[in-house]
Amino acid sequence: MTLDGIQVRVLLFGYYRELAGTSELHFDLPAGGRVEDLVTAICSDPSFSGLPSTPAVAVNRRYSAGSQVLSSEDEIALIPPMSGG
Amino acid sequence: MPSFRQCPVAESGAPVGISEYPISAAALAVAVGATASGAIVTFEGRVRVRNQGRTVIRLHYESYDAMADEVLKEIVAEARNRFGVGEIAVRHRSGSLEIGEVAVAIAASAPHRAAAFDSVRYVIEQIKTRLPIWKREDYEDGSSRWLEGAVPPGASDGDAAPVAETSA
Repeated sequence: MTLDGIQVRVLLFGYYRELAGTSELHFDLPAGGRVEDLVTAICSDPSFSGLPSTPAVAVNRRYSAGSQVLSSEDEIALIPPMSGG
Repeated sequence: MPSFRQCPVAESGAPVGISEYPISAAALAVAVGATASGAIVTFEGRVRVRNQGRTVIRLHYESYDAMADEVLKEIVAEARNRFGVGEIAVRHRSGSLEIGEVAVAIAASAPHRAAAFDSVRYVIEQIKTRLPIWKREDYEDGSSRWLEGAVPPGASDGDAAPVAETSA
């Protein structure tokens, strides 16, 4: 983590967790980084080529818009299409 | 062994949340029936052996527990406001389930039947749309598959990943 950046923790579930081979990832973002910046960082990683280009994201357990600014304290999760019930 | 999780309690006092242990609508009916209500409606969703032409031997639900508990509480609060019901209890299973086991159980009590039916229907339909939980089916031929249903708010519809097929 650099002085002008943040590191965020991203939780993975279900199909995305299997695709990544882990239930948790860490990404470095510039300070003021948004959800859409995180998605770009994840999707440009070749190990996530199976992900849709715009996966849904939850921040602090709420579905989030791409423009939301992230902090290193946020609880972030990628949300695959859901299949409850 | 999974650690014991206390089922969170909604404002009304009825149980609302994800459970890693067996659930039943009968138990929830008792929980919502304490008040003098004229109607109690219950629903159970169970694991079926045939799905989309394949024979299922087992289901596995993986939940984002912390968020799922919050979403269930929100859904229950919405239903209570909307339909003016007395109490609503809902539990959704996580972990491995055998054929015939209860995956989701809902009970609602209300002064009259319409509100009780409507609120149970509302809760199950919202679960299908919004609850962060994922179902993997294990098949008799040894393969398994994550089912993909509702695309959560914020994701684009036309870009869903293909269904993930893996060998067990």
